[in-house]
Amino acid sequence: MALLILGLFVFTSCQPQRRADLIILNGPEIETLDPQVLTGQADGRVSGALFEGLSRFDAVTGRGVPGWAERWDVSPNGRSYTFHLRTNATFSTGEPITADDFVWSWRHAADPLTAADYSGFFFYVKGGRELVTGASTNFASLGIRARDRHTVEVDLTNPTPFFIDLCAMRIMAVVPRWTIEKYGDQWVRADPLPCSGAFQLMSWRPNDRIRVRKNPRYWDAATVQLERVDFLSGDSPTTSLNLLLTGEVDVLIERNLIPLELNDVLLKRPDFHTFSYLGTYFIRFNVTRKPFDDVRVRKAISLVLDKRRIVERITRLGERPASALTPPGTGGYNPPPGLGDNASSATNATDYAAARAVNIVEAKRLLAQAGYPDGTGFPSFTYMFNAGGGGGSRTHEQIGVEFQSMLREHLVLQMELRPVEWKTYLSEMSLLNYDIIRGSWIGDYQDPTTFLDCFLGDSGNNRTGWRNPTYDGLLDQAAATPDPKKRFELLRQAETLLTLDEVPIIPVYNYTGLYAFDPQRVGGIHTNLTDEHPIWAMYRKR
Amino acid sequence: MNYFLRRLLFMLPLTLVIVTLAFFLVRVAPGGPFDRERKPASPAVERALAEKYHLDESLISQYLRFLGLKWERTPGGSLRRAPGGLVAGDLGLSLKYRNHTVTDIILQGLPVSLTLGFLAFGFALAMGLPLGFYTAVRRGHWGDWIGSLFALLVICIPGFVIGPLLILGFALKAGWFPVGLWGAPLQAVLPMVALGLYFGGRVTRLTREGMTQALQSEYIRTARAKGASELQVLLKHALPTAVMPVVSYSGPMLADLLTGSFVVENIFQIPGIGVFMVNSSLSRDYTMVVGLVMLYAVLLLVLNLLVDLAYSLLDPRVRYE
Repeated sequence: MALLILGLFVFTSCQPQRRADLIILNGPEIETLDPQVLTGQADGRVSGALFEGLSRFDAVTGRGVPGWAERWDVSPNGRSYTFHLRTNATFSTGEPITADDFVWSWRHAADPLTAADYSGFFFYVKGGRELVTGASTNFASLGIRARDRHTVEVDLTNPTPFFIDLCAMRIMAVVPRWTIEKYGDQWVRADPLPCSGAFQLMSWRPNDRIRVRKNPRYWDAATVQLERVDFLSGDSPTTSLNLLLTGEVDVLIERNLIPLELNDVLLKRPDFHTFSYLGTYFIRFNVTRKPFDDVRVRKAISLVLDKRRIVERITRLGERPASALTPPGTGGYNPPPGLGDNASSATNATDYAAARAVNIVEAKRLLAQAGYPDGTGFPSFTYMFNAGGGGGSRTHEQIGVEFQSMLREHLVLQMELRPVEWKTYLSEMSLLNYDIIRGSWIGDYQDPTTFLDCFLGDSGNNRTGWRNPTYDGLLDQAAATPDPKKRFELLRQAETLLTLDEVPIIPVYNYTGLYAFDPQRVGGIHTNLTDEHPIWAMYRKR
Repeated sequence: MNYFLRRLLFMLPLTLVIVTLAFFLVRVAPGGPFDRERKPASPAVERALAEKYHLDESLISQYLRFLGLKWERTPGGSLRRAPGGLVAGDLGLSLKYRNHTVTDIILQGLPVSLTLGFLAFGFALAMGLPLGFYTAVRRGHWGDWIGSLFALLVICIPGFVIGPLLILGFALKAGWFPVGLWGAPLQAVLPMVALGLYFGGRVTRLTREGMTQALQSEYIRTARAKGASELQVLLKHALPTAVMPVVSYSGPMLADLLTGSFVVENIFQIPGIGVFMVNSSLSRDYTMVVGLVMLYAVLLLVLNLLVDLAYSLLDPRVRYE
């Protein structure tokens, strides 16, 4: 028996002998390493270290900068790009990377049979929408061509100012064709795995750690200082904190890995860093259900929600109360004023109280106008949110409780809380099987359309039942507008419709990101809106 | 021997029933493995995803495929058995961890959970048997009260309280042990204690009960009357019967310990399969749930059989026909 235990122990403890140069606690175990089908942020961090496309994310700004393409030309109408590849480009295993590899990679990612959730990015490329939706199977119609061995030409549907950012996305990376043709869906398990990023895969133990080492054939290998990097999986915030404090890990890369109960203490430490994050917490109305089909009811409920109280009492990371869906400063865009904005923008307590009072009076008036004076005759309804499971915090529940008491206090409405687990929450939301439900959205790139596209009438991410032809029209018009100023103006009009006039959603606050590392020991991690922290830029100070 | 053979044979249909129930129950829950906050780019993508994992087929067809009894037409038109399936020993790909098969994940995680489980089992016995023995012999004295109170406490305080307390005291404050992770012997100590304490408490209680009862029975009086020494009475005559409840408890206890603990593995960030037990059902990882349920069922059945076997060896009155 003793021998058995000893044997098992030896067997399970065959760990990498040397400590990696950098150990990153990466969050929950990743679902896949395949850059084309991955969806999670944790997956993206590892896969982003292994695969790269025409551009890559800048460590400071999080915007697209030259990757395998050393430069590009844009046609005057903004609809055609010519990318010039680096001539010495190879995969980590030595095979050359050519323009044809890019063409093949993009076609493969856009193929619905690859089942890539994010293939919507190809809608921006000419012919992409037809391929991704299955309307066409002619892959030659996708607007990407190899002019010669080192030149890639791309045609876009519309002038897309953030196209270079898109090219740095995981799904646009160049992948090894011959490996995929040989192993199919499981190609990332090939050994050795041909990588196009700054690192290559060494080992992968599920639920434990992924180890990568520097790819000497990477075009920018001279800049890469880390030889070996470990990505640990784990999703218990307290454990993560313990591991960081005892030096077992160097970086906690995700906000969910930090125990929010300790915010007040942790935020004062030099190793905890907060930043504005491209995400918004909001509340959805089911506009197909009475009485939420009445815009006056939606506005009344929206007006009494005290957003400032929520960020100050519950989330406490310095979040900004949101009046619009798009966070301010997204790619230079400033969202229009939203409902109840007077309160959000108040600078002192007196102004704030006054603005709140005005909003509440207006809310009562609207509710009475809709036929429910002081809440009389208002049917009972529920607020649904996801709760429980996997060490998560209780933020959604706490917000629900505050929301409930605000409605009771100011509008005499009885709202029931309905916590459900994650998958039930998603399924009920998609089926429009709710009255009011919490929501959130994290932007993919620094442009307002990453948020506004969600509420297009036929968007699968809409999930409110709200459909407005004017809104859809404005977004279409904006997409075809090359002038950035005019384009933003159209988007502002659309967003005004969404969050001031029609209110199918209540924006609550813009996210604040948080991560932790000791700046005395680790460098090269910068704050940016999209939370992109390329591993190639990280280094150890001692 | 015949009896055990029959029990062994009976395990097969029983496991199948359990696995079948798991297969259908997990699919009744709302939502599916590929439901996410963000919808796939198009319905065509969604369809392709479902097709890849055969989630577009009828439940019966999926079930047959899972068993490996599904026959389908090849592109050439001939009939063949769909590859994989239970009959081929293939549990399929995990629907959440899409680059790993269920077997792959179990093979990586189970040894870790087994090691921790055996360690905790050893700890529970090493703590529970002597303590139970001692409290029974010192029944009604201070030693009994303190020992029994301790046993009661560790039963009542859940692992998610004990684990962090151990970390706080012995890892963060004293610095004797690491706060988590797996690989070095020192890293196994705190999780072993955190996992084993509860069972140690149960074993203490069971041993104490058994011992107290044994000490009051006729044959002990006879042994004493025959002039056996007190030590002989306690160890040779009372103890073997006293541990019977512990033995029967050992089966389910081992099954519990060996399949990993969600709480302890989570607190110490140990790469076992306990975490998968919980997370797979939350993420609707159908194949994984079914695989793990099967593993748990087989372990439980085998261990119970071993317990019955141990019974017949320990107690001469027990005979299986």
